[in-house]
Amino acid sequence: MATAPSAKLTPLLKDELDIVIPTIRNLDFLEMWRPFFEQYHLIIVQDGDPSKKIRVPDGFDYQLYNRNDVNRILGPKASCISFKDSACRCFGYLVSKKKYIFTIDDDCFVAKDPSGKEINALEQHIKNLLTPSTTHFFNTLYDPYREGADFVRGYPFSLREGAPTAVSHGLWLNIPDYDAPTQLVKPLERNTRYVDAVMTVPKGTLFPMCGMNLAFDRELIGPAMYFGLMGDGQPIGRYDDMWAGWCMKVICDHLGLGVKTGLPYIWHSKASSPFVNLKKEYKGIFWQEKAIPFFQSVSLPKECSSVEKCYLALAGEVKSKLGEVDPYFIKLADAMVTWIEAWNMVNSPGEKPAMTSLPNATSKK
Amino acid sequence: KLFIDTGKDEVFSLIQALNIRVTLTPVLPTRALRSDLTIFMNEWRPMFSRFHVIIVKDPDLKEELKIPEGFNLDVYGKPDIDQVVGSSTSILFSGYSCRYFGYLVSRKKYIISVDDDCLPARDPKGFWVDAVAQHISNLTNPATPFFFNTLYDPYAEGADFVRGYPFSLRGGVKCALSCGLWLNLADHDAPTQALKARQRNSRYVDAVMTVPARSLIPISGINIAFEREAVGPALVPALKLAGEGKCRWETMEDIWSGLCVKIVCDHLGLGVKTGLPYIWRTDRGDPIASLKKEWEGVKLMEDVIPFFQSVRLPREATTVEECIIEVANAVKERLGSMDPVFARAAKAMLDWVKLWQSVGSSS
Repeated sequence: MATAPSAKLTPLLKDELDIVIPTIRNLDFLEMWRPFFEQYHLIIVQDGDPSKKIRVPDGFDYQLYNRNDVNRILGPKASCISFKDSACRCFGYLVSKKKYIFTIDDDCFVAKDPSGKEINALEQHIKNLLTPSTTHFFNTLYDPYREGADFVRGYPFSLREGAPTAVSHGLWLNIPDYDAPTQLVKPLERNTRYVDAVMTVPKGTLFPMCGMNLAFDRELIGPAMYFGLMGDGQPIGRYDDMWAGWCMKVICDHLGLGVKTGLPYIWHSKASSPFVNLKKEYKGIFWQEKAIPFFQSVSLPKECSSVEKCYLALAGEVKSKLGEVDPYFIKLADAMVTWIEAWNMVNSPGEKPAMTSLPNATSKK
Repeated sequence: KLFIDTGKDEVFSLIQALNIRVTLTPVLPTRALRSDLTIFMNEWRPMFSRFHVIIVKDPDLKEELKIPEGFNLDVYGKPDIDQVVGSSTSILFSGYSCRYFGYLVSRKKYIISVDDDCLPARDPKGFWVDAVAQHISNLTNPATPFFFNTLYDPYAEGADFVRGYPFSLRGGVKCALSCGLWLNLADHDAPTQALKARQRNSRYVDAVMTVPARSLIPISGINIAFEREAVGPALVPALKLAGEGKCRWETMEDIWSGLCVKIVCDHLGLGVKTGLPYIWRTDRGDPIASLKKEWEGVKLMEDVIPFFQSVRLPREATTVEECIIEVANAVKERLGSMDPVFARAAKAMLDWVKLWQSVGSSS
């Protein structure tokens, strides 16, 4: 039987969760999220020109890191953090000291459900992460731990405990997350379909993970959430979250962790230019044809019992198998190793929390 | 009575225009408790009336069936079953499994099968759900089993493949099976329903999705549709519980059948979809009374699922019949000694394939 965590109340987890937001402009969008985010600590990763001042609405507790901070904290290892691309957000995951991370883009706003009620996306992500995933057998009524649902007939009782949930992947109303070719063909299409479901992506199945509205258990899967080398000086963009998602899923499958997708929805307001996107993505469109079979067939050694070990093994496979596709993958594989080194450096026990250099680092309520 | 007909006229005229023999056959197994099909048939009339209907009467049902006028239908009962398959194999078609006889004798390309305690549902806007039209749409649009699309069915109106979905996979594969869902009385097992006696499913999830390759799913027989030509022999009336009863939660035959279909589809590169359409399942039976019987089916699943998860079909098995024979042999070998129900299931599967080849193939 599916038992949901205590009746109606979802724990806030306000001391256990960081909200990571990459940005190059101001963060006025936070005003709309205030009722839902105000109690949480924000980690803002400022991309682009570090001398630009980012305006954060009053009353939020945050730490802001710009490129100077990234370079200072990581030294030479900073090379693995992308510049001029929202992939830089994974620096926020690295320096966080909390158990859970929620990341959201600065053009994502509060959505409404079909009844008109505002959706507390963070609360839904927390619910998703705190309840098990059903990785081994698909439940046709979707998440059995949701109120009003349960396992269906035929679902073995021994599988009903599920697996710990490592990642919660939310969706988007209004501007859907399409690639550039689809955007060019369907510039007017808007996602208006509210699908009232959360479900587990089954073991052995890959999916495109979008970083716009994502939460994860940093302790369970953090080191696998590297968003790759994108943007300035790189041949590709808009594949940061995809890359992280494929690596993450292979590792979750190997370690017996679960990934959920579906609710919550946010309202995605800005459609980026499909022409700019096409230039960024176009190599990815060809490369993903090679990358997907690679991820579908890669197998990690049984000895890899930690995320770090899995990730390093995966980096080795990327170098040897995808290196032939393009030298970029060799660079990427090296960056994956650098990332793990950086992760261990920053997160080793006894390490002081990474401080920012800016005086406005933490604003008081 | 209002009903959604949006897709349907379009499809119907397409059928006529292209002269495709894609007419469907709703197949209805009847239950021992219900010989009066008047309400059922009348409620479904707007959706069924233009199709051929096959009604198969549970051999144990003694009363005459009451069926309203105005349908293009064929009714089969015990004498017909005995005549077509012989009385030794007619045992396959008792109880809920009588519906498989309908699958066997149909000569249409697609089949839709609905339990007789189900009525049309309404969507959240209040419109009647045309379950037939939705199943047709599911079966005639491709499935995408090799990579999960986070916006669910990419062929639905207003949806598409998301960023990161490989282009070479966007053509999809043929969808061979469409599994619908249930509002009101969901398909829970007896322990779950007994524990949550008042729980009713009121959540309308507006999505169709492909079940990923190599993922197994419990396929309920209450509301399904399939392409008979593609996977007919894979829907096997095989797992008959010793204490199989007249309530759905006292059976597992459809779950077993569904696992066979999924294994075969995965092997042959066909797709299985789940989600819409919903039907409204009326309250019936007492789960607590069912609990007093053996939880045989529930216990068997503990062995059944790991077995199906580990079955590997050889490359040489290229037809559905060959695949089912392979599965049957594996069942006999690996599960046969565990419980006589499995040995019987294996035999039933082999008998079914023979029947399909002699009676089921179009002649």
